[in-house]
Amino acid sequence: MADIKVDVRGETCPIPLVEMRKALRKADEGDTIEIIGTHPASKKEIPMAANALSVKIVSEEQVGDEWKIILQK
Amino acid sequence: MNDKATIIVHSGDLDKIYSALIVANGALSMGMDVSLYFTFWGLLRLKKGGMGSGPLSKMHMLGLGKLIIKNRMKKANVASLERLLADFKELGGKIIACEMTMEIMGLKAKDLNEEIIDQYGAVGTYIQEARTSAITLMI
Repeated sequence: MADIKVDVRGETCPIPLVEMRKALRKADEGDTIEIIGTHPASKKEIPMAANALSVKIVSEEQVGDEWKIILQK
Repeated sequence: MNDKATIIVHSGDLDKIYSALIVANGALSMGMDVSLYFTFWGLLRLKKGGMGSGPLSKMHMLGLGKLIIKNRMKKANVASLERLLADFKELGGKIIACEMTMEIMGLKAKDLNEEIIDQYGAVGTYIQEARTSAITLMI
């Protein structure tokens, strides 16, 4: 079971969503994908996309202006 | 999940090309299949190196407006058109060039960046894509 890390800090729409999708395509079932970013809209959009793709959301947290979302395929 | 989005890219304006590619990438990221159907002025953007050559749709001001918008995009760290196009292809997006309007615009296949074009078609091709699409847009 692998952990894939995606760093999209400083990136703006649509890059966080795109990078999340790329990571999901590479991931095997059971892998976790950890995404860190700063774009406020993406903090809402990534969980929304995860639901649309039937991907499990493990956790969401915010520290300062950085958010971290962990998904599991 | 096999929802599809088909976008007619009729305009060649810079801001409209950005919109088309951002929406396309958004749809791909959310699990949809996406086809971009380039016609008329959009075809000019398929020329080699031509993706960013269009004017702004408004406020172009002989190029000054375009410069202002490009600077704002740089400040906001907006992805380049090259990057958006590369991501679009990587996520499986399809580019179709309209043969009929290619003729009207005086373009031959060799004038275009053939690498990025997946298919050449006419209106029937567009209708086939669009009739099974959940999202259809004309940009």
